[in-house]
Amino acid sequence: MTEVAIVGVGCVGFRQITPELSYKELMYEAAVKAYEDAGGINPRKDVDVFVTCAEDYLEGFSIFDEFVPDQLGAALRHLFTVSGDGMLGLATAYMLIKTGQFDTVVVEAHSKASDILTYMDIVAFGLDPIFNRPLGGHPYYVAGMEMNRYMHDTCTTMEQCASVVVKNKKNAILNPYAAYGAGVTIDQVLCSETCFYPLKKLEISNPADGCVVMVLASENVAEKLTDKPVWVKGVGWCTETPSLETMDWTKAVYTRLAAEMAYKTAKISNPLKEIDFAEIHDLFAYKELQHMEALKLCDYGEAGKLTEQGLTALDGEFPVNPSGGLLGMGYGLEASGMQKLLEVVLQLRGEAGKRQIQDAEVGLAHTWRGIPTTTGVVAVLSNKK
Amino acid sequence: MRYYQSEAVETKDIKEGKIPTEKFRPKAKFAWSAGIAISRFLEELKNGKIIATTCSKCGRIMVPPRIYCEKCFKPADGWKYVKDTGVINTFSVSFLAADASRLKEPIVVAIINLDGASEGMGIVHRIEEYGDWREVKIGMKVKAVWKPPEERTGAITDIAYFKPIRE
Repeated sequence: MTEVAIVGVGCVGFRQITPELSYKELMYEAAVKAYEDAGGINPRKDVDVFVTCAEDYLEGFSIFDEFVPDQLGAALRHLFTVSGDGMLGLATAYMLIKTGQFDTVVVEAHSKASDILTYMDIVAFGLDPIFNRPLGGHPYYVAGMEMNRYMHDTCTTMEQCASVVVKNKKNAILNPYAAYGAGVTIDQVLCSETCFYPLKKLEISNPADGCVVMVLASENVAEKLTDKPVWVKGVGWCTETPSLETMDWTKAVYTRLAAEMAYKTAKISNPLKEIDFAEIHDLFAYKELQHMEALKLCDYGEAGKLTEQGLTALDGEFPVNPSGGLLGMGYGLEASGMQKLLEVVLQLRGEAGKRQIQDAEVGLAHTWRGIPTTTGVVAVLSNKK
Repeated sequence: MRYYQSEAVETKDIKEGKIPTEKFRPKAKFAWSAGIAISRFLEELKNGKIIATTCSKCGRIMVPPRIYCEKCFKPADGWKYVKDTGVINTFSVSFLAADASRLKEPIVVAIINLDGASEGMGIVHRIEEYGDWREVKIGMKVKAVWKPPEERTGAITDIAYFKPIRE
Protein backbone atom coordinates (compact mmCIF):
# COMPACT_ATOMS: atom_id res chain seq x y z
CA MET A 1 0.00 0.00 0.00
CA THR A 2 1.32 3.45 -0.92
CA GLU A 3 2.61 5.94 1.63
CA VAL A 4 0.90 9.37 1.71
CA ALA A 5 2.72 12.71 1.82
CA ILE A 6 1.86 16.38 2.08
CA VAL A 7 3.67 17.93 -0.91
CA GLY A 8 2.34 21.48 -0.95
CA VAL A 9 0.95 24.04 1.49
CA GLY A 10 -0.49 27.50 0.99
CA CYS A 11 -1.75 29.87 3.66
CA VAL A 12 -3.36 33.29 3.67
CA GLY A 13 -3.83 35.00 7.02
CA PHE A 14 -4.33 34.62 9.80
CA ARG A 15 -5.61 38.10 10.55
CA GLN A 16 -8.24 39.69 12.79
CA ILE A 17 -10.23 40.91 9.80
CA THR A 18 -9.97 40.66 6.01
CA PRO A 19 -12.61 43.10 4.75
CA GLU A 20 -10.85 43.62 1.41
CA LEU A 21 -11.24 40.02 0.29
CA SER A 22 -14.26 37.81 -0.22
CA TYR A 23 -14.04 34.24 1.08
CA LYS A 24 -13.62 33.12 -2.54
CA GLU A 25 -10.66 35.45 -3.07
CA LEU A 26 -9.10 34.29 0.21
CA MET A 27 -9.37 30.67 -0.94
CA TYR A 28 -7.99 31.46 -4.41
CA GLU A 29 -4.87 33.05 -2.96
CA ALA A 30 -4.17 30.12 -0.62
CA ALA A 31 -4.80 27.63 -3.45
CA VAL A 32 -2.39 29.37 -5.85
CA LYS A 33 0.32 29.26 -3.17
CA ALA A 34 -0.27 25.57 -2.42
CA TYR A 35 -0.13 24.50 -6.08
CA GLU A 36 3.03 26.52 -6.63
CA ASP A 37 4.53 24.96 -3.49
CA ALA A 38 3.67 21.50 -4.83
CA GLY A 39 6.03 21.91 -7.76
CA GLY A 40 3.70 24.10 -9.78
CA ILE A 41 0.93 21.59 -10.43
CA ASN A 42 -2.05 22.60 -12.56
CA PRO A 43 -5.25 21.87 -10.61
CA ARG A 44 -7.25 21.72 -13.86
CA LYS A 45 -5.60 18.40 -14.72
CA ASP A 46 -3.12 17.26 -12.08
CA VAL A 47 -5.50 16.86 -9.11
CA ASP A 48 -7.74 13.79 -8.79
CA VAL A 49 -10.01 14.87 -5.91
CA PHE A 50 -10.67 18.11 -4.01
CA VAL A 51 -11.91 17.97 -0.39
CA THR A 52 -13.16 21.16 1.23
CA CYS A 53 -14.08 21.44 4.90
CA ALA A 54 -16.80 23.86 5.98
CA GLU A 55 -19.81 24.12 8.26
CA ASP A 56 -22.80 25.85 6.61
CA TYR A 57 -23.76 27.78 9.71
CA LEU A 58 -20.31 29.38 9.96
CA GLU A 59 -20.58 30.49 6.32
CA GLY A 60 -24.14 31.79 6.32
CA PHE A 61 -24.98 29.67 3.27
CA SER A 62 -27.04 26.57 2.87
CA ILE A 63 -25.09 23.78 1.15
CA PHE A 64 -21.87 25.83 1.10
CA ASP A 65 -20.22 23.00 -0.90
CA GLU A 66 -21.66 24.44 -4.09
CA PHE A 67 -19.80 27.73 -3.69
CA VAL A 68 -16.25 26.36 -3.59
CA PRO A 69 -15.09 24.75 -6.88
CA ASP A 70 -14.18 27.78 -9.05
CA GLN A 71 -11.62 29.38 -6.76
CA LEU A 72 -9.78 26.05 -6.20
CA GLY A 73 -9.49 25.17 -9.87
CA ALA A 74 -12.07 22.45 -9.24
CA ALA A 75 -14.88 23.52 -11.58
CA LEU A 76 -16.24 20.45 -13.40
CA ARG A 77 -13.75 18.33 -11.43
CA HIS A 78 -14.19 15.80 -8.60
CA LEU A 79 -14.99 17.65 -5.39
CA PHE A 80 -16.94 17.18 -2.18
CA THR A 81 -17.21 18.85 1.21
CA VAL A 82 -16.63 17.40 4.66
CA SER A 83 -18.71 19.26 7.19
CA GLY A 84 -16.02 19.53 9.86
CA ASP A 85 -12.47 20.51 10.76
CA GLY A 86 -9.79 20.54 8.05
CA MET A 87 -8.03 17.59 9.69
CA LEU A 88 -11.07 15.44 8.96
CA GLY A 89 -10.36 16.47 5.37
CA LEU A 90 -6.77 15.28 5.83
CA ALA A 91 -8.06 11.93 7.12
CA THR A 92 -10.34 11.66 4.08
CA ALA A 93 -7.53 12.49 1.65
CA TYR A 94 -5.26 9.97 3.37
CA MET A 95 -7.85 7.23 2.93
CA LEU A 96 -8.55 8.15 -0.70
CA ILE A 97 -4.85 7.89 -1.60
CA LYS A 98 -4.42 4.67 0.41
CA THR A 99 -7.07 3.00 -1.77
CA GLY A 100 -4.66 3.26 -4.70
CA GLN A 101 -7.38 4.81 -6.87
CA PHE A 102 -6.24 8.42 -6.46
CA ASP A 103 -2.76 9.93 -6.58
CA THR A 104 -3.28 13.60 -5.82
CA VAL A 105 -5.84 15.06 -3.42
CA VAL A 106 -6.29 18.69 -2.36
CA VAL A 107 -7.67 19.66 1.07
CA GLU A 108 -9.01 23.14 1.87
CA ALA A 109 -10.35 24.79 5.02
CA HIS A 110 -10.84 28.44 5.85
CA SER A 111 -12.29 30.91 8.33
CA LYS A 112 -14.11 34.11 7.48
CA ALA A 113 -15.01 34.64 11.12
CA SER A 114 -15.15 38.41 10.64
CA ASP A 115 -18.15 37.95 8.31
CA ILE A 116 -20.17 36.41 11.16
CA LEU A 117 -21.87 39.21 13.09
CA THR A 118 -23.43 36.99 15.75
CA TYR A 119 -20.68 34.40 16.23
CA MET A 120 -21.61 33.45 19.79
CA ASP A 121 -25.25 32.95 18.82
CA ILE A 122 -24.06 30.56 16.14
CA VAL A 123 -21.99 28.67 18.74
CA ALA A 124 -24.99 28.59 21.08
CA PHE A 125 -27.02 27.06 18.27
CA GLY A 126 -24.83 23.98 18.69
CA LEU A 127 -26.18 23.35 22.18
CA ASP A 128 -28.99 20.85 22.74
CA PRO A 129 -32.25 22.70 21.98
CA ILE A 130 -34.33 20.97 24.68
CA PHE A 131 -32.02 20.65 27.66
CA ASN A 132 -29.35 23.36 27.36
CA ARG A 133 -30.22 26.21 25.01
CA PRO A 134 -33.25 27.47 26.96
CA LEU A 135 -31.00 28.19 29.96
CA GLY A 136 -29.45 31.10 28.07
CA GLY A 137 -26.04 32.64 28.70
CA HIS A 138 -22.89 32.70 26.62
CA PRO A 139 -22.06 29.19 25.37
CA TYR A 140 -18.45 29.43 26.58
CA TYR A 141 -19.71 28.73 30.11
CA VAL A 142 -19.27 25.12 28.98
CA ALA A 143 -15.51 25.74 28.87
CA GLY A 144 -15.65 27.34 32.34
CA MET A 145 -17.31 24.20 33.71
CA GLU A 146 -14.73 21.94 32.09
CA MET A 147 -11.78 24.01 33.30
CA ASN A 148 -13.21 24.03 36.82
CA ARG A 149 -13.56 20.25 37.00
CA TYR A 150 -10.21 19.67 35.28
CA MET A 151 -8.40 21.88 37.80
CA HIS A 152 -10.30 20.31 40.69
CA ASP A 153 -9.37 16.76 39.68
CA THR A 154 -5.75 17.40 38.69
CA CYS A 155 -4.76 20.17 41.13
CA THR A 156 -3.62 22.19 38.12
CA THR A 157 -3.23 25.82 39.19
CA MET A 158 -4.42 29.08 37.67
CA GLU A 159 -0.77 30.08 37.20
CA GLN A 160 -0.06 26.91 35.25
CA CYS A 161 -2.97 27.58 32.90
CA ALA A 162 -1.83 31.17 32.48
CA SER A 163 1.69 30.01 31.60
CA VAL A 164 0.25 28.44 28.42
CA VAL A 165 -0.95 31.88 27.30
CA VAL A 166 2.42 33.50 28.00
CA LYS A 167 4.28 30.81 26.03
CA ASN A 168 1.94 30.70 23.02
CA LYS A 169 1.57 34.43 22.53
CA LYS A 170 5.36 34.75 22.76
CA ASN A 171 5.89 32.06 20.08
CA ALA A 172 3.35 33.82 17.87
CA ILE A 173 5.52 36.94 17.70
CA LEU A 174 7.93 34.87 15.59
CA ASN A 175 5.19 33.59 13.25
CA PRO A 176 4.18 35.76 10.27
CA TYR A 177 0.93 33.74 9.99
CA ALA A 178 -0.11 34.71 13.55
CA ALA A 179 -2.55 37.50 14.38
CA TYR A 180 -2.27 37.72 18.16
CA GLY A 181 1.39 37.55 19.14
CA ALA A 182 2.19 39.48 22.33
CA GLY A 183 4.48 39.63 25.30
CA VAL A 184 2.24 39.05 28.32
CA THR A 185 3.04 37.99 31.86
CA ILE A 186 1.32 35.46 34.10
CA ASP A 187 0.10 38.34 36.26
CA GLN A 188 -1.46 40.08 33.25
CA VAL A 189 -3.30 36.89 32.34
CA LEU A 190 -4.53 36.35 35.90
CA CYS A 191 -5.57 39.99 36.23
CA SER A 192 -7.59 39.92 33.01
CA GLU A 193 -11.35 39.82 33.36
CA THR A 194 -12.93 36.59 34.60
CA CYS A 195 -15.29 35.69 31.78
CA PHE A 196 -16.52 32.19 32.66
CA TYR A 197 -15.21 31.32 36.09
CA PRO A 198 -12.44 30.19 36.34
CA LEU A 199 -11.64 31.07 32.71
CA LYS A 200 -9.92 34.45 32.17
CA LYS A 201 -10.29 36.69 29.15
CA LEU A 202 -6.67 36.28 28.00
CA GLU A 203 -7.02 32.49 28.18
CA ILE A 204 -9.58 32.49 25.35
CA SER A 205 -8.46 32.44 21.69
CA ASN A 206 -9.90 35.17 19.49
CA PRO A 207 -11.28 34.29 16.07
CA ALA A 208 -9.22 35.10 12.98
CA ASP A 209 -9.67 34.99 9.21
CA GLY A 210 -7.50 32.85 6.98
CA CYS A 211 -7.33 29.92 4.62
CA VAL A 212 -5.05 26.91 4.29
CA VAL A 213 -4.85 24.65 1.23
CA MET A 214 -2.73 21.48 1.12
CA VAL A 215 -1.80 19.06 -1.64
CA LEU A 216 -1.40 15.40 -0.70
CA ALA A 217 0.06 12.75 -2.97
CA SER A 218 0.90 9.07 -3.20
CA GLU A 219 4.52 7.96 -2.84
CA ASN A 220 5.38 7.91 -6.55
CA VAL A 221 3.84 11.28 -7.32
CA ALA A 222 5.14 12.91 -4.12
CA GLU A 223 8.75 12.16 -4.89
CA LYS A 224 8.39 13.66 -8.37
CA LEU A 225 6.76 16.87 -7.11
CA THR A 226 8.98 17.78 -4.18
CA ASP A 227 12.26 16.97 -2.48
CA LYS A 228 10.69 17.78 0.90
CA PRO A 229 7.66 15.52 1.27
CA VAL A 230 6.12 15.33 4.74
CA TRP A 231 4.78 11.83 5.29
CA VAL A 232 1.49 11.17 7.06
CA LYS A 233 2.40 8.26 9.34
CA GLY A 234 -0.95 7.90 11.04
CA VAL A 235 -4.34 9.59 11.47
CA GLY A 236 -7.05 9.03 14.07
CA TRP A 237 -10.34 10.64 14.99
CA CYS A 238 -13.06 10.20 17.59
CA THR A 239 -16.28 11.75 18.91
CA GLU A 240 -17.53 11.29 22.46
CA THR A 241 -21.15 11.74 23.51
CA PRO A 242 -22.73 15.06 22.56
CA SER A 243 -24.54 15.20 25.90
CA LEU A 244 -23.18 17.69 28.46
CA GLU A 245 -25.05 15.74 31.12
CA THR A 246 -23.00 12.59 30.63
CA MET A 247 -19.70 13.52 28.96
CA ASP A 248 -16.34 13.17 30.70
CA TRP A 249 -15.37 16.61 32.09
CA THR A 250 -11.68 16.13 32.82
CA LYS A 251 -9.92 13.76 30.46
CA ALA A 252 -10.77 14.74 26.84
CA VAL A 253 -11.45 11.06 26.10
CA TYR A 254 -12.13 11.84 22.42
CA THR A 255 -8.52 12.98 22.05
CA ARG A 256 -7.14 9.94 23.86
CA LEU A 257 -8.98 7.55 21.53
CA ALA A 258 -8.10 9.54 18.40
CA ALA A 259 -4.44 9.52 19.50
CA GLU A 260 -4.45 5.77 20.12
CA MET A 261 -5.82 5.25 16.61
CA ALA A 262 -3.13 7.46 15.05
CA TYR A 263 -0.29 6.01 17.18
CA LYS A 264 -1.27 2.46 16.23
CA THR A 265 -0.93 3.21 12.50
CA ALA A 266 2.23 5.25 13.03
CA LYS A 267 3.69 2.52 15.32
CA ILE A 268 4.28 4.98 18.14
CA SER A 269 4.51 3.43 21.60
CA ASN A 270 6.17 6.23 23.59
CA PRO A 271 4.92 9.51 22.12
CA LEU A 272 7.10 11.82 24.23
CA LYS A 273 10.27 9.99 23.12
CA GLU A 274 9.33 9.19 19.53
CA ILE A 275 7.77 12.55 18.62
CA ASP A 276 9.79 15.78 18.65
CA PHE A 277 7.09 18.45 19.06
CA ALA A 278 3.31 18.95 18.90
CA GLU A 279 0.71 21.40 17.71
CA ILE A 280 -2.22 21.00 20.11
CA HIS A 281 -5.68 22.59 20.07
CA ASP A 282 -5.64 25.46 22.57
CA LEU A 283 -8.90 27.33 22.00
CA PHE A 284 -8.70 27.83 25.79
CA ALA A 285 -5.41 27.73 27.70
CA TYR A 286 -6.39 24.77 29.93
CA LYS A 287 -7.27 22.74 26.81
CA GLU A 288 -3.59 22.57 25.81
CA LEU A 289 -2.79 20.97 29.17
CA GLN A 290 -5.76 18.61 29.14
CA HIS A 291 -5.05 17.59 25.53
CA MET A 292 -1.33 17.02 26.27
CA GLU A 293 -2.35 14.46 28.86
CA ALA A 294 -4.94 12.87 26.56
CA LEU A 295 -2.26 12.60 23.87
CA LYS A 296 -0.14 10.57 26.33
CA LEU A 297 2.65 13.16 26.22
CA CYS A 298 2.67 13.13 30.03
CA ASP A 299 0.77 11.62 32.94
CA TYR A 300 -2.71 12.80 33.87
CA GLY A 301 -2.45 15.99 35.90
CA GLU A 302 1.23 16.60 35.08
CA ALA A 303 0.91 18.94 32.08
CA GLY A 304 0.53 22.14 34.08
CA LYS A 305 3.63 21.52 36.15
CA LEU A 306 5.72 20.53 33.12
CA THR A 307 4.59 23.63 31.21
CA GLU A 308 5.49 25.84 34.15
CA GLN A 309 8.93 24.19 34.21
CA GLY A 310 9.48 25.00 30.53
CA LEU A 311 9.25 21.52 28.97
CA THR A 312 6.93 22.79 26.21
CA ALA A 313 8.67 26.12 25.52
CA LEU A 314 10.16 26.74 22.07
CA ASP A 315 13.60 25.93 23.48
CA GLY A 316 12.29 23.21 25.80
CA GLU A 317 12.68 19.46 25.44
CA PHE A 318 9.29 19.02 23.83
CA PRO A 319 7.95 22.24 22.24
CA VAL A 320 4.16 22.54 22.15
CA ASN A 321 2.53 25.02 19.78
CA PRO A 322 5.67 26.56 18.32
CA SER A 323 3.30 28.37 15.92
CA GLY A 324 1.82 30.27 18.84
CA GLY A 325 -1.21 28.00 18.86
CA LEU A 326 -4.69 29.38 18.47
CA LEU A 327 -4.08 31.72 21.39
CA GLY A 328 -1.34 33.32 19.30
CA MET A 329 -2.39 32.69 15.70
CA GLY A 330 -6.10 33.27 16.21
CA TYR A 331 -8.87 30.68 16.10
CA GLY A 332 -9.46 29.69 12.48
CA LEU A 333 -12.76 27.85 13.14
CA GLU A 334 -12.85 24.78 10.84
CA ALA A 335 -9.36 25.69 9.60
CA SER A 336 -7.82 25.26 13.07
CA GLY A 337 -6.64 21.71 12.30
CA MET A 338 -5.03 23.05 9.13
CA GLN A 339 -3.23 25.74 11.15
CA LYS A 340 -1.77 22.92 13.24
CA LEU A 341 -0.79 20.85 10.21
CA LEU A 342 0.75 23.87 8.50
CA GLU A 343 3.15 24.45 11.39
CA VAL A 344 4.09 20.77 11.58
CA VAL A 345 4.85 20.75 7.83
CA LEU A 346 6.94 23.95 8.01
CA GLN A 347 8.90 22.65 11.02
CA LEU A 348 9.57 19.25 9.40
CA ARG A 349 10.79 20.96 6.21
CA GLY A 350 13.06 23.26 8.22
CA GLU A 351 11.14 26.32 6.98
CA ALA A 352 9.85 27.68 10.29
CA GLY A 353 12.24 30.65 10.38
CA LYS A 354 13.09 32.03 13.79
CA ARG A 355 10.91 29.47 15.54
CA GLN A 356 12.59 26.50 13.86
CA ILE A 357 13.03 23.48 16.15
CA GLN A 358 16.45 21.94 15.48
CA ASP A 359 16.54 18.44 13.99
CA ALA A 360 12.77 17.96 14.12
CA GLU A 361 11.86 14.67 12.43
CA VAL A 362 8.46 13.68 13.79
CA GLY A 363 5.62 16.07 14.65
CA LEU A 364 2.09 15.72 15.95
CA ALA A 365 -0.95 17.76 14.92
CA HIS A 366 -4.14 17.72 16.99
CA THR A 367 -7.45 19.46 16.62
CA TRP A 368 -10.79 19.73 18.39
CA ARG A 369 -14.04 21.15 17.01
CA GLY A 370 -14.51 23.59 19.86
CA ILE A 371 -17.50 24.29 22.09
CA PRO A 372 -19.77 22.39 22.51
CA THR A 373 -18.26 19.39 20.70
CA THR A 374 -16.29 16.35 21.75
CA THR A 375 -14.65 15.63 18.38
CA GLY A 376 -10.88 15.38 18.05
CA VAL A 377 -8.45 14.45 15.26
CA VAL A 378 -4.77 13.50 15.61
CA ALA A 379 -2.10 13.07 12.93
CA VAL A 380 1.53 11.99 13.20
CA LEU A 381 3.81 13.31 10.47
CA SER A 382 7.48 12.80 9.62
CA ASN A 383 10.06 14.00 7.14
CA LYS A 384 11.44 10.44 7.01
CA LYS A 385 9.56 7.81 5.02
CA MET B 1 -48.08 8.43 26.53
CA ARG B 2 -51.03 7.96 24.19
CA TYR B 3 -49.42 9.95 21.39
CA TYR B 4 -46.68 7.42 20.98
CA GLN B 5 -49.13 4.69 20.03
CA SER B 6 -49.66 5.62 16.39
CA GLU B 7 -52.94 7.40 17.01
CA ALA B 8 -54.13 9.97 14.50
CA VAL B 9 -52.94 13.47 15.41
CA GLU B 10 -55.22 16.34 14.47
CA THR B 11 -54.40 20.03 13.95
CA LYS B 12 -56.23 20.93 17.17
CA ASP B 13 -53.98 18.59 19.17
CA ILE B 14 -50.97 20.60 18.01
CA LYS B 15 -52.71 23.94 18.64
CA GLU B 16 -53.72 22.84 22.14
CA GLY B 17 -50.10 21.97 22.92
CA LYS B 18 -50.70 18.24 23.30
CA ILE B 19 -47.74 17.49 21.04
CA PRO B 20 -44.54 18.51 22.84
CA THR B 21 -42.29 20.82 20.82
CA GLU B 22 -39.49 23.24 21.67
CA LYS B 23 -39.30 26.47 19.75
CA PHE B 24 -36.14 28.49 19.07
CA ARG B 25 -35.31 31.29 16.70
CA PRO B 26 -31.56 31.52 16.01
CA LYS B 27 -29.87 34.90 15.85
CA ALA B 28 -27.79 34.33 12.74
CA LYS B 29 -26.44 37.49 11.16
CA PHE B 30 -23.72 37.71 8.54
CA ALA B 31 -22.09 40.50 6.51
CA TRP B 32 -20.14 38.98 3.63
CA SER B 33 -17.15 40.97 2.42
CA ALA B 34 -17.82 41.50 -1.29
CA GLY B 35 -14.12 41.46 -2.12
CA ILE B 36 -12.13 42.91 -5.00
CA ALA B 37 -14.22 41.82 -7.98
CA ILE B 38 -17.74 42.16 -6.62
CA SER B 39 -17.05 45.49 -4.87
CA ARG B 40 -16.12 47.06 -8.23
CA PHE B 41 -19.16 45.43 -9.89
CA LEU B 42 -21.51 46.92 -7.29
CA GLU B 43 -19.85 50.35 -7.50
CA GLU B 44 -20.31 50.32 -11.27
CA LEU B 45 -23.98 49.42 -10.94
CA LYS B 46 -24.32 52.64 -8.98
CA ASN B 47 -22.90 54.41 -12.08
CA GLY B 48 -25.40 52.66 -14.31
CA LYS B 49 -22.78 50.34 -15.81
CA ILE B 50 -22.13 46.61 -15.83
CA ILE B 51 -18.48 45.57 -15.57
CA ALA B 52 -16.74 42.28 -16.32
CA THR B 53 -13.23 40.92 -15.78
CA THR B 54 -11.23 39.42 -18.63
CA CYS B 55 -8.86 36.49 -19.05
CA SER B 56 -6.07 37.01 -21.57
CA LYS B 57 -5.49 33.26 -21.93
CA CYS B 58 -8.92 32.02 -22.95
CA GLY B 59 -10.14 35.47 -23.98
CA ARG B 60 -13.34 35.28 -21.98
CA ILE B 61 -15.18 38.37 -20.74
CA MET B 62 -16.61 37.24 -17.41
CA VAL B 63 -19.80 38.50 -15.72
CA PRO B 64 -20.34 38.44 -12.78
CA PRO B 65 -16.67 39.46 -12.48
CA ARG B 66 -14.16 37.37 -10.54
CA ILE B 67 -10.44 37.85 -9.87
CA TYR B 68 -9.56 34.44 -11.35
CA CYS B 69 -10.53 32.55 -14.48
CA GLU B 70 -11.96 29.27 -13.24
CA LYS B 71 -11.31 27.57 -16.60
CA CYS B 72 -7.61 28.47 -16.90
CA PHE B 73 -6.99 28.86 -13.13
CA LYS B 74 -5.05 32.06 -13.57
CA PRO B 75 -5.69 35.60 -12.35
CA ALA B 76 -8.13 37.67 -14.38
CA ASP B 77 -6.13 40.47 -15.93
CA GLY B 78 -8.43 43.25 -17.00
CA TRP B 79 -11.75 45.05 -16.58
CA LYS B 80 -14.23 45.61 -19.39
CA TYR B 81 -17.69 47.17 -19.50
CA VAL B 82 -20.40 45.10 -21.13
CA LYS B 83 -23.75 46.35 -22.45
CA ASP B 84 -26.94 46.50 -20.45
CA THR B 85 -28.75 44.66 -23.22
CA GLY B 86 -28.85 40.94 -23.79
CA VAL B 87 -30.76 37.84 -24.74
CA ILE B 88 -32.92 35.60 -22.56
CA ASN B 89 -31.11 32.27 -22.11
CA THR B 90 -33.96 30.72 -20.11
CA PHE B 91 -36.76 31.93 -17.86
CA SER B 92 -39.61 30.82 -15.65
CA VAL B 93 -42.87 32.40 -14.62
CA SER B 94 -43.37 32.16 -10.87
CA PHE B 95 -47.03 32.17 -9.86
CA LEU B 96 -46.27 31.60 -6.18
CA ALA B 97 -44.69 33.82 -3.51
CA ALA B 98 -41.98 32.46 -1.20
CA ASP B 99 -44.67 31.35 1.27
CA ALA B 100 -46.41 29.43 -1.55
CA SER B 101 -49.39 31.80 -1.66
CA ARG B 102 -50.79 32.62 -5.12
CA LEU B 103 -49.49 35.92 -6.59
CA LYS B 104 -51.92 38.31 -8.28
CA GLU B 105 -49.32 39.09 -10.92
CA PRO B 106 -46.70 36.41 -11.70
CA ILE B 107 -42.97 37.19 -11.54
CA VAL B 108 -40.79 36.41 -14.56
CA VAL B 109 -37.18 35.54 -13.65
CA ALA B 110 -34.64 35.09 -16.42
CA ILE B 111 -31.01 34.24 -17.11
CA ILE B 112 -29.83 37.02 -19.43
CA ASN B 113 -26.73 36.58 -21.59
CA LEU B 114 -25.37 40.12 -21.77
CA ASP B 115 -24.16 41.66 -25.00
CA GLY B 116 -20.39 42.03 -24.89
CA ALA B 117 -19.88 39.22 -22.35
CA SER B 118 -18.65 35.77 -23.34
CA GLU B 119 -21.17 33.21 -24.40
CA GLY B 120 -23.29 31.91 -21.55
CA MET B 121 -22.37 34.70 -19.12
CA GLY B 122 -24.50 37.53 -17.81
CA ILE B 123 -26.98 38.26 -15.08
CA VAL B 124 -30.06 36.84 -13.35
CA HIS B 125 -32.87 39.36 -13.18
CA ARG B 126 -36.60 39.96 -13.38
CA ILE B 127 -38.38 40.73 -16.65
CA GLU B 128 -41.20 43.29 -16.65
CA GLU B 129 -43.21 45.29 -19.22
CA TYR B 130 -43.75 42.09 -21.18
CA GLY B 131 -47.52 42.41 -21.58
CA ASP B 132 -48.82 38.84 -21.37
CA TRP B 133 -46.28 36.40 -19.85
CA ARG B 134 -47.02 34.07 -22.75
CA GLU B 135 -45.17 36.61 -24.92
CA VAL B 136 -41.86 36.03 -23.09
CA LYS B 137 -39.62 33.77 -25.17
CA ILE B 138 -36.16 32.19 -24.98
CA GLY B 139 -33.90 34.20 -27.31
CA MET B 140 -35.86 37.42 -26.76
CA LYS B 141 -33.77 40.63 -26.68
CA VAL B 142 -34.02 42.63 -23.43
CA LYS B 143 -32.63 45.85 -21.97
CA ALA B 144 -31.99 46.97 -18.37
CA VAL B 145 -34.31 49.53 -16.80
CA TRP B 146 -32.20 51.37 -14.20
CA LYS B 147 -33.43 52.98 -11.02
CA PRO B 148 -32.87 56.76 -10.93
CA PRO B 149 -29.23 57.48 -9.85
CA GLU B 150 -30.30 58.89 -6.46
CA GLU B 151 -32.07 55.63 -5.58
CA ARG B 152 -29.12 53.36 -6.42
CA THR B 153 -27.28 51.77 -3.50
CA GLY B 154 -24.66 49.56 -5.15
CA ALA B 155 -26.83 46.46 -5.32
CA ILE B 156 -28.14 44.12 -7.99
CA THR B 157 -31.50 45.88 -7.53
CA ASP B 158 -29.99 49.13 -8.90
CA ILE B 159 -31.29 47.61 -12.10
CA ALA B 160 -35.04 47.67 -11.49
CA TYR B 161 -35.68 44.97 -14.10
CA PHE B 162 -35.09 44.10 -17.75
CA LYS B 163 -37.73 44.77 -20.42
CA PRO B 164 -38.14 43.30 -23.89
CA ILE B 165 -36.74 45.37 -26.76
CA ARG B 166 -39.55 45.52 -29.28
CA GLU B 167 -38.36 46.03 -32.82
